[in-house]
Amino acid sequence: MATTDHAILDARAIRKSFGSLEVLRGVDLNVAEQELVFIIGPSGSGKSTLLRCFNRLEQPTSGTIVVDGIDILAPGVDINAMRRRIGMVFQSFNLYPHLNALGNVTLALRKVLGKPRDEADEIAMAALARVGLAEKAKSYPNELSGGQQQRVAIARALALEPKVMLFDEPTSALDPELVGSVLKVMRDMRESGMTMVVVSHEMQFARTAADRVVFLDKGEIVEAGAPERIFGSPAQTRTREFVTRIEHR
Amino acid sequence: MTDLDRFLSTFFNLEVMARYLPMIVDGFVLTTYLALVIIATGLTAGLLLAVIRSQQIRLVNWTIVFLVDMFRALPPLVIIIMIYFALPNVGLGVSGFVAVWISLSLVLTAFAEEIFWAGIVSVSKGQWEAARSTGLRFEQALLYVVLPQAVRLTIPPLTNRAIAITKGTALGSVVAVPEILTQAQTGLSFSYNPSTLTLGALAYLILFVPFVVFGRWIETRFAWKR
Ligand SMILES: Nc1ncnc2c1ncn2[C@@H]1O[C@H](COP(=O)(O)OP(=O)(O)OP(=O)(O)O)[C@@H](O)[C@H]1O
Ligand SMILES: [Mg+2]
Repeated sequence: MATTDHAILDARAIRKSFGSLEVLRGVDLNVAEQELVFIIGPSGSGKSTLLRCFNRLEQPTSGTIVVDGIDILAPGVDINAMRRRIGMVFQSFNLYPHLNALGNVTLALRKVLGKPRDEADEIAMAALARVGLAEKAKSYPNELSGGQQQRVAIARALALEPKVMLFDEPTSALDPELVGSVLKVMRDMRESGMTMVVVSHEMQFARTAADRVVFLDKGEIVEAGAPERIFGSPAQTRTREFVTRIEHR
Repeated sequence: MTDLDRFLSTFFNLEVMARYLPMIVDGFVLTTYLALVIIATGLTAGLLLAVIRSQQIRLVNWTIVFLVDMFRALPPLVIIIMIYFALPNVGLGVSGFVAVWISLSLVLTAFAEEIFWAGIVSVSKGQWEAARSTGLRFEQALLYVVLPQAVRLTIPPLTNRAIAITKGTALGSVVAVPEILTQAQTGLSFSYNPSTLTLGALAYLILFVPFVVFGRWIETRFAWKR
């Protein structure tokens, strides 16, 4: 399991304030190669903010974040070069409505990696096939179900061959019957060795797929450990209360 | 002579119309040309300003907002007169054509900037974030993700605004630009018959109806369901 010397993502003492509101209060998180870290926590605890710090959509107030050996907060770092190695999947999919599925996936391949159209199409088709949507390549987002849109969004990130993928509540906006298709894709990715950080309320998925569950509350990591332990015998009262609450929903 | 005959010979006098047709055609060609350069200038400059504004540099934005509000507030005729009659006093004399071109372009720029800006702002933050998270630079996200969506939203108001402002080319009659209205009035003063004005009105219809239809077409052509 996780060893720090193969850390893909190493975040230390991350603090983030919005004005006078301190949302992250010194978070340390280390994600090893091929590890799946699952983050849980109450609404407003800072889960999204933490993920967004990992690709600098949010600028931490202090702390260090090293991704694949590169300090992404260092002045002068090529953040765009780093971002394509850090895939991100959003709760609201954020597919580009004016482009079809293929166009959504090829945009960064062509404009960031500079691939010619043929090659970009080929890579994109392979990524769409991985999420089971090769036959939807020509469909526009509005012609796809929520589950399909989210899988296209995953393909869009996957096509860039990221070192780590960040998921912010990828199934929260989906109808219950569509959640399974997205989780299946995530499980496949995990099996093929993708390093993943997942914020989600899908506890069943956490139990079966996560290496480590991290409980975040009020901008601090309260407890982290194997899913059996966090869900079965949490050491902290706050964790126990949260887990009980969420299991009985 | 019946009332109808009198009406027809006053406003639809074919003989007068035939005589002044070449003049009106000249006016039509000039008006078309003037309208096109105004639209090209105004839309380009408006888009450019909106893009500059999206960089969120405070002092620059204040300047843009100030200028935009000024040119939206001033009546176009006032701007034309200022440029045509006031600029020569500081050694910058321009022709009536150029005065109208600059004035209406400034007005269209101001409105277009506001419309493009509203379009850019209306694209959700998530679109920017998705684009930036794949490594696109700010300008790339703007160009390939945000503007294509913003521009679609702006087509109906831009078309309306462009039509409203280019119709202001008729103000060129004040500064001796031989556009449609000027020609029609000249024709009237020679013939004492307002049929030349009828002809002018027809010329405006021929010029602007396709424009309106084009706007409608482009609106449906680029529409997509959310
Ligand atoms: N851009 C921002 N400006 C000001 N406050 C913000 C901003 N983004 C987040 N916050 C605040 O930071 C806190 C943490 O937000 P965050 O979205 O990280 O929580 P979360 O754990 O993801 O919650 P949820 O489960 O509801 O998604 C909240 O109080 C939120 O209001
Ligand atoms: Mg969140």
